[in-house]
Amino acid sequence: MNQSFDMKKVDEIIDSYGASQSSVIAVLQEIQEHYRYLPKEVFSRIAKRLGVSEARVYSVATFYENFSLEPKGKFIIKVCDGTACHVRKSIPILERLRSELKLTDKKKTTDDLGFTVETVSCLGACGLAPVITVNDKVYPAMTPDKVTELLEQLKEQK
Amino acid sequence: MIKTRQELQNLRDKYIKAGAAQKSKILICAGTGCVSGGSLEIFDKLSEIMEKRGVPCSLELVHEDEGDISLCCDGKEHIGLKKSGCHGFCEMGPLVRIEPQGWLYVKVGLDDCEEIIDETIIAGRHIARLAYKQGDGSVCKKQDDIPFYKKQTRMILQDCGHIDATSINEYFAIGGYSAFEKALFDMTQDEIINEVTEANLRGRGGGGFPAGRKWGQVKRQKEKKRYVVCNGDEGDPGAFMDRSIMEGDPHRMLEGMMIAALASGSDEGYIYVRAEYPLAVSRLRTAIAQAEKVGLLGDNILGTDFSFNLHISRGAGAFVCGEGSALTASIEGKRGMPRVKPPRTVENGLFDKPTVLNNVETYANVPLIIEKGASWYKSIGTEGSPGTKAFALTGNIVNTGLIEVPMGTTLREVIFDIGGGMRGGRKFKGVQIGGPSGGCLTEKDLDLPLDFDSLKKAGAMIGSGGLVVMDDSSCMVEVARFFMSFTQNESCGKCVPCREGTKRMLAILERITEGEGREGDIELLEELADTISATALCGLGKTAAFPVVSTIKNFRDEYEAHVCDKRCPAGACQKLKQIVIDAALCKGCSKCMRSCPVGAISGKVKEPFVIDSEKCIKCGACLTTCPFHAITES
Repeated sequence: MNQSFDMKKVDEIIDSYGASQSSVIAVLQEIQEHYRYLPKEVFSRIAKRLGVSEARVYSVATFYENFSLEPKGKFIIKVCDGTACHVRKSIPILERLRSELKLTDKKKTTDDLGFTVETVSCLGACGLAPVITVNDKVYPAMTPDKVTELLEQLKEQK
Repeated sequence: MIKTRQELQNLRDKYIKAGAAQKSKILICAGTGCVSGGSLEIFDKLSEIMEKRGVPCSLELVHEDEGDISLCCDGKEHIGLKKSGCHGFCEMGPLVRIEPQGWLYVKVGLDDCEEIIDETIIAGRHIARLAYKQGDGSVCKKQDDIPFYKKQTRMILQDCGHIDATSINEYFAIGGYSAFEKALFDMTQDEIINEVTEANLRGRGGGGFPAGRKWGQVKRQKEKKRYVVCNGDEGDPGAFMDRSIMEGDPHRMLEGMMIAALASGSDEGYIYVRAEYPLAVSRLRTAIAQAEKVGLLGDNILGTDFSFNLHISRGAGAFVCGEGSALTASIEGKRGMPRVKPPRTVENGLFDKPTVLNNVETYANVPLIIEKGASWYKSIGTEGSPGTKAFALTGNIVNTGLIEVPMGTTLREVIFDIGGGMRGGRKFKGVQIGGPSGGCLTEKDLDLPLDFDSLKKAGAMIGSGGLVVMDDSSCMVEVARFFMSFTQNESCGKCVPCREGTKRMLAILERITEGEGREGDIELLEELADTISATALCGLGKTAAFPVVSTIKNFRDEYEAHVCDKRCPAGACQKLKQIVIDAALCKGCSKCMRSCPVGAISGKVKEPFVIDSEKCIKCGACLTTCPFHAITES
């Protein structure tokens, strides 16, 4: 365990939601928004403060798709593979992203923590299919070539 | 803060008057779709230009300064500039609507802003260039002239796109919260429940269970603590109706929830929204804060003994949480796993208390029913399914977007009249309705009326209302595989039939689409489907196999072509593709041979090359390297 981990932020978040059992998900979400993942150090603190077992906190964190126990990249790219995007050819877009960033379906984040590429089931922007989001900003009507262009722009911002 | 009915009415009158002072309005769509197209920048630009030109304009209905409310521009006529909710015609975004003329400008860019102000706002002229044009080139001036809108009946979406979604004042200005006022002061709990029951409002989340009956059951419980929960976990891929309501007209939904709470005797509610909808979460937060500030949420509302507090609970990415008992477990901070029923949610729901659980669209219908009455409501739609239904129309169709039609409208009207038919003139093949729990309908079902009971009979379901239209380039086996992979991934793992069954079905579908299908696979899929449907615990499991069953039923020949002939009739399955070199076009440059990673291409320089289909892995590397476009997929 990393003794020097700063629990101040964690406590702040717990205080803002109230230390009750039903706050587990909200607290984890906010911690993830702050650190971009769930550092393992936070689990025992959350369990103790909310009065639940550490196993329960861990079970919640691993059940829901949105939680990540591994650090994510600065740019989180979500490729929508909902039905509408799928029938308008979202897979070639995903494949292009992965090949450009040398990622696979197992390896989702680049080694320099620059990019994370994931798929989501539906972003609800089906009218603009196929779509991707970069840190929650929606990019409509994508193609593999547009994705390559976008990556170039993002790399410059990095 | 308002404390009496009279104060509420005064407030509403004030905003109605303020609304009338806005001679014209410019409504810029600020739904997810148009925002991604840059609509917020357009909003800023329009505001900037009007200021430069000295056009009297206001971004709000009234000025509020530490509790003092005054009319904008000293009550003189002026232009209202607003960010509205989704108009539904996302394909054509960013959209700008001009009132009172009802004109709609489509695909508006930053460069068009000056012209809109100078021509339309100052000179009052229509800009034909920015209007929607039909296939024959004719211009649709008004929004209502566009075929996409003409055939629709917008009831629950009537204000989506016509008011500022971030302002409770605007909701007041169109008579907002008058249904709640009527329910609170003029009706008893039983009268509210009877009205909703009489209207036969059926749950729009897919099941179609009568909402009034649910409310009555909760009201009759002995336990006094009750909850009202809104299911905004619209997880069906290809559906975004609820998102548009939450983003575009959040107060209508809140009003519906408040009436449900009043009727069922609840004082606390939760809205469960999926995390993939950040804009909906922020709009709802704003709406709740506004309602609290005015005094429509909180304790002793409008001086009565009715209290109601609302919370938002954000989902964390689990489709199964759309199931009632999984959703309540998730709000409680647990893993979202369904439990055995009974006891049902109405008896033992959130925090083990009686709970009214309806979805977003269902609640949005409630104010209309209370205000206009059950008999009016029943005059729309069909006998068994009154009212309208919102659908998300997507896929290989010309006009994608959000639509609302009376129940009982046929698929043909939806796809060909509103949707404008297939893209690129391709042939209609099928439509997937109801997402991963639904079924696939084909040509022969086009005249089927869309309502709860007809669809059930046809082996599909309305689900939450996603309509994904597919043309002849879509392979139905691949589509079934796609849904199965979704369901398998989202299976919570609690019960064996779903956890293991979906895995096995997916494995079979994968090998079929990869050309490894075996004799008997189709029958095995059918057997597994039967078993899973009969033995799974929750709705997700019970319906998991529906897309497979309905595609086998309608497209058995396509399955057989994959299994027996190792051929994909739609040409969509990668592994079953044949890549060939056209000898007539090949110049024998050998570029393709050098690009092939497995050495499947051979030939002599300056003579046509050939691909050995046994060795070829269909990676497509050669396709992009050929300078003469001599290599094609078939």
